[in-house]
Amino acid sequence: MIGLHKKSEKNAIFLLVLSLIVVTIGGLVEIVPLFYLENTIEKVNGMRPYTPLELAGRNIYVREGCYLCHSQMIRPFRDEAERYGHYSLAAESMYDHPFQWGSKRTGPDLARVGGRYSNEWHASHLKDPREVVPESVMPMYAFLARRVIDDHAIAKHLSALRTLGVPYTDEMIENARADLAAQAVPGADTSALLARYPKTPVGDFDGNPAEVTEMDALIAYLQMLGTLVDFSTYERAPR
Amino acid sequence: MDGHTQSATAPVAYYDKAIRYFTLASVFWGIAGFTVGLVIALQLVWPQLNLGLEYTTFGRLRPLHTSAVIFAFGGSILFASSFYVVQRTCRAPLFGGDGLSMFVFWGYQLVILMAGTGYLMGITQGKEYAEPEWYVDLWLTIVWVAYLILYMGTLIRRKEPHIYVANWFYLAFIVTIAMLHLINNMALPVDFPSTKSYVVWSGVQDALIQWWYGHNAVGFFLTAGFLGMMYYFVPKQINRPVYSYRLSIVHFWALIFLYIWAGPHHLHYTALPDWAQTLGMVFSVILWMPSWGGMINGIMTLSGAWDKLRTDPIIRFMIVSLSFYGMSTFEGPLMAIKEVNALSHYTDWTIGHVHSGALGWVAMISFACIYYLVPRLWNRTRLYSIRLVNTHFWICTIGIVFYISAMWVSGIMQGLMWRAYDSQGYLVYSFAETVEQMHPYYMIRAFGGFLFLLGALVMVYNLWRTIRGDLRDEAPMGIPDTRPKLQTA
Repeated sequence: MIGLHKKSEKNAIFLLVLSLIVVTIGGLVEIVPLFYLENTIEKVNGMRPYTPLELAGRNIYVREGCYLCHSQMIRPFRDEAERYGHYSLAAESMYDHPFQWGSKRTGPDLARVGGRYSNEWHASHLKDPREVVPESVMPMYAFLARRVIDDHAIAKHLSALRTLGVPYTDEMIENARADLAAQAVPGADTSALLARYPKTPVGDFDGNPAEVTEMDALIAYLQMLGTLVDFSTYERAPR
Repeated sequence: MDGHTQSATAPVAYYDKAIRYFTLASVFWGIAGFTVGLVIALQLVWPQLNLGLEYTTFGRLRPLHTSAVIFAFGGSILFASSFYVVQRTCRAPLFGGDGLSMFVFWGYQLVILMAGTGYLMGITQGKEYAEPEWYVDLWLTIVWVAYLILYMGTLIRRKEPHIYVANWFYLAFIVTIAMLHLINNMALPVDFPSTKSYVVWSGVQDALIQWWYGHNAVGFFLTAGFLGMMYYFVPKQINRPVYSYRLSIVHFWALIFLYIWAGPHHLHYTALPDWAQTLGMVFSVILWMPSWGGMINGIMTLSGAWDKLRTDPIIRFMIVSLSFYGMSTFEGPLMAIKEVNALSHYTDWTIGHVHSGALGWVAMISFACIYYLVPRLWNRTRLYSIRLVNTHFWICTIGIVFYISAMWVSGIMQGLMWRAYDSQGYLVYSFAETVEQMHPYYMIRAFGGFLFLLGALVMVYNLWRTIRGDLRDEAPMGIPDTRPKLQTA
């Protein structure tokens, strides 16, 4: 050991190479197995890729840095189960590029916020959080309701994600723009959308049926969070 | 340690231009980053300060704060100090001279500008401490390779037979950050001119790669790099050799080997497999030892010269910074134990922990380094005022104490309130009630941050007068004032 060190102290290239080897080991041992150990991601029923509108909403969630105050990772504790629901599974974020588990709860966990509040509640909460939760310290996001969603490149988003392994089909990519509109326009024909993406909440989300806004997309995303996995058929893997 | 001794050979002409630029940039970004930090701390006290504008929401300003203090303030002083140290300890001019080092300077400032303006406009990858999008990441890669070439080139051309310990740490920092940056930021742009990309990794794998990166941004950017700084400037300022050469060897290799494993402690009780969490916990606890090796080596360098603490406030900055380093590297392993983490995770305790390391260790050792460098880089006999260094020291130390104690109380309280049950078996507090309880502590935290910023502004004044060439007429510190008294009529 000391001999190796003596050499590295007099040879800069050797010091560089030895340091690089030493710092590589930990990452290799911890990260590489996650890609091939089969029990890393649970086998579940119900997971599907995000609809185009949900994906647009998720991108707004990322853009606004929501993850800096809200986690999406429920830990297996009694109090968290009662407060937020079943603990989060790895399978539930397997299509998430990037993951949004978060590291801080200045606000509550959102992993299973889907379906817990009405669309109206979300819209007024996002516009002025203190109107519905007086103690809240969340910023106001009224500007989302004023901005029409930019969907011209949504198909490219889906195909980029397919390149990375998210199972979007050709049909999903071809119809991305139509599906995005169908999910948020009241009275639209949603049968094709629902066939491609089961368990999708549809309708006007932001209280403004005339336009599909960023607020529609964000609420559509929030309303599906944690709702996909069918826990009636989920069996906890033996440890 | 004899960087300045040039008796054996002809004097070496050092390239110091980029060091001056990086030192000033560090001070500038420090003030900017502390100010944004204070603003977002106040937003948590008075959310109206988000102003309802998209550009000034907490979610967009928080990455601006973290990137400004870590990568702009910390990064710039790492560049400045490493350029200074590598030349003096190798007795060799910078490889590539002013040309390559100024390329690194302007290239890195461009990274900061592109990243920071992007955050305000909502351009982000959504990965903590790795928010810049793909085009910034690519440009940073080019700048970083230039830095590695410059650093290695200087080491190879050295006239000293041994590579001094500070350089081991700087080199490990440069090469490890390169590895982390490349792998964590692998992304596919949606469309060529689009700023938006999707990270290659997803879900649980992305989570571990992110915290492998995130924890080692702490381990290598904020620790190894600053230990390099410590190993040069502490012995120089004290004017004594490093306490133990053997300890520096053991703790260097142990530190860089062990740090890499500690990432999973950011993911305790999550959907990350248990075996990975356990590995992360075990290595985090072991990491306590090499961390304290560095602290002991730094503090004990002062042994036999403790009286200098009374007369030299720069040494006060150094010793207190090493003490904060020791404290946070004890607190870190403690919080990495799963049972403790169950309480501390997701709370302000984490924020307090980060700031005891970032303000206490990183910023204080940086201030000491800046106070050491500025008179030498601008050829001044000394700083404008040693007493103002002391003023800065006390204001910022008190600020840190306010900050971290407020976060300890609010963090532990928050964790306990979330899991509090009444005798009927129901949860006692709604989430909103726990938010309300944080209010006074957020106020105290903001006050601590304000003091820290105020102290830094005292430093700016002192440095400005120093660079102008002024010397303050003041009594020396810690010894009787022997100056002739002014007669008052």
